[in-house]
Amino acid sequence: MRTDIIEIRWHGRGGQGAITAAKIVANGAFASGFKGVAMAPTFGTERRGAPILVSLKISKNKIYDLSPITAPDMVVVLDHTLLDEVDVVAGLKENGLVILNAPKPLSEYSFGGAKIAVSDVTKHSVEAGLPPGIVNSGIIGAFSQATGLVNIDVMVAAIENEFVGKRPEMNSKAAKIVFENTAVGGYI
Amino acid sequence: MHIIESGNVAAATGVKLSRAQVIAAYPITPQTPLTEKLSEFVESEEFDAQYIPVESEHSAMAVCIAASSAGARAFTATSANGLLYMSEQLHWAVGARLPLVMCVANRGIGAPWTVWNDQQDTMSQRDAGWIQIYANDHQQIIDSVIKAFRLAQTVSIPVMVCYDGYILSHTYMPFEQPDQEQVDSFLPPFAPKNFLDPENPGNFNTVTLPDVRPGVDGKIEPGYIEIRHNLHEDLRTALDTYEEIDKEFEEQFGRGGNPLIEQYKCDDAEFVAVCIGSLSYQLRDVIDIMRDDGMKIGVMSVQMYRPFPDEAIVAVLAGKKCAIVLEKALSYGNQGALYGDIKSALYNSDTKPHVHNYILGLGGREIKTQHLLDALTESCTSPDTIGDTPRWIGLKL
Repeated sequence: MRTDIIEIRWHGRGGQGAITAAKIVANGAFASGFKGVAMAPTFGTERRGAPILVSLKISKNKIYDLSPITAPDMVVVLDHTLLDEVDVVAGLKENGLVILNAPKPLSEYSFGGAKIAVSDVTKHSVEAGLPPGIVNSGIIGAFSQATGLVNIDVMVAAIENEFVGKRPEMNSKAAKIVFENTAVGGYI
Repeated sequence: MHIIESGNVAAATGVKLSRAQVIAAYPITPQTPLTEKLSEFVESEEFDAQYIPVESEHSAMAVCIAASSAGARAFTATSANGLLYMSEQLHWAVGARLPLVMCVANRGIGAPWTVWNDQQDTMSQRDAGWIQIYANDHQQIIDSVIKAFRLAQTVSIPVMVCYDGYILSHTYMPFEQPDQEQVDSFLPPFAPKNFLDPENPGNFNTVTLPDVRPGVDGKIEPGYIEIRHNLHEDLRTALDTYEEIDKEFEEQFGRGGNPLIEQYKCDDAEFVAVCIGSLSYQLRDVIDIMRDDGMKIGVMSVQMYRPFPDEAIVAVLAGKKCAIVLEKALSYGNQGALYGDIKSALYNSDTKPHVHNYILGLGGREIKTQHLLDALTESCTSPDTIGDTPRWIGLKL
C-alpha cells in the first residue's frame, strides 16, 4: 500500500461549500509541492442541506487510485450538527485528526483517541464581515493551523484566487482569524 | 500553466483551445458540467463559437452533422442513454465522413437507471465506425480532445473521446493547459474540399445502388459496398495516422508517446492486466503491491479501441504466460467485447498466452483494491485452470 498519500475526508451539507473548500486546499497543496492532488465529491446526486462527503488525496507523487477514501488520515467537519447524523470518524486511521467547526471548547469533544482541533468558524467568519453561515473559507484557517501541511499565506492566496468577485478579502480574513483562534489538542 | 479542475472542465478547455465553431449539446449526467462550461465560455465571449441548445441528443448530432457539412468545426458531448438516442445519427456522421469530435463521459445504460460509471455506452457503439479514444486521466482528456480534432479532419472520420463518468468527469486533478498559440500551430483551421456551398451546388449522400454506376460526368462512381470498404481501409490507416499525429504533439507539447496502448511494467512481466480507462491507473498501485510480493505482472491500457490496435497489443502479449482482461462492459450472452477482440488478435500468434476475462464496476460498483488483488493473484497462480467464462468481481448475490 502506498504510504505517501495523505487522505482527507470533508463532511458538510449540500450547498455549504465543502467542495470549494477542498478545492482551495487542493490548490494550496499543489502550490506547496504536493504534485499529486485528487479531489472528488460523492459521486451521484447532491441535495441542499443533506450530509455530503468530499474526498481529498494529496501526495508529493502522482495519484493513480481515484476511488473514494475509506481510511482517512484526517476529517474536516464544516458543521458540528452533523455529529448527530453522521459517523464522521468512520475508518479514521489510528493517530487520526478531526478538525471541527463547533461553538463549544475542545474539551467538550472526544473521538476515540483522535487528535482534535476546534474553532468556532461560524462566529469568526461573521467577525470577518461574511454573512452568517458561510464557513468554507474560514475552515481552511483551522486546517492550516491543525495540520501544518500548507502555510496560511499560501492558503490566503488560494482563497482570494477562488473567490475573485465574491468578497475575496473577507473570505481570506475569515481564514486568518480562524487560524489564530483554533484550539489544537493532543492525542488522548 | 497547470490548473486543478474536473475532467469535464479539462474536456471543455480542450474544445475551446481547438476553436470548435459550433457546439450543439443536450445535458445528461455526468456530462452536464462539460456543456455548462462550454456555454459559459461562449457567453463570456472568451470562446467564439455558436452554442446551440437542442431538445435531444438526436438533434445535437443532427446539428453537428449539418454544421460540419457546411464546413464548420463541430463538437458535442453526451453519456449513456443520450449516446444511444443519437445512435442513428452517429452512423450517419461516419458514412458522411464528417470530422466531428464528441466527448462521452462513460455511464451505465438504463434500465434500470444508473447515473454511475461503466463503459457499456461507448462499447455498444463500437461497430458504428467512429474512432474511439479513451483517456486515463485529465491530461489525457484535454490532450486527446486536441489530437482528436486533428485526427478527425486528417482522415475524415469522426472521433469519440471517452472518459470514465464521475471517476474522471467529476474528480479534480492538476493538468497542464496548453497555450492557445501552440494549439493553433498544431491544429490548423478546418478547410474541407467539399462542403455545402450555395455558390457551388452539389449532392451529398444521395441514394447509392447495389452496384457501381456512372456519374453525371460519365465517370464510374462507387456503390455502397465500395464506400463502406473504403471507410474500413481508412480506419485501419488511421492507426498509423494517429501515431504520427501523437508524435508531432509530443514534439510540440512534450507529452504523449502512447497513442494506441499504454504500458506499465509490462517489459519483463509474465502476466499482463489489460483494461480501458482510469481502471488501468488504479491497477498501477495494485501491480506495485504484487511486484513487492515477487509477482512479475504489469498493466496495459487500450487507448484507442476503434480502430483496434491489434498489432501493438499482440506485440506486448505474445509470449506472456497470461493476459487478464478486466472490463466495465459485456457483450451480453457472450463475453467481454475487449476480451473477444484480444483473443482474436492473438489467434495466429505462435506463443499465445492464456487469456482471462473479469467483469467489474458495472453501474458504478466500487472497485476495491483488495478485490483486484484477489482476482489478479488467482489468475497468476492458476493461469491454466481458469476457463473462458467471464468472472465477476465484487458481485453480491
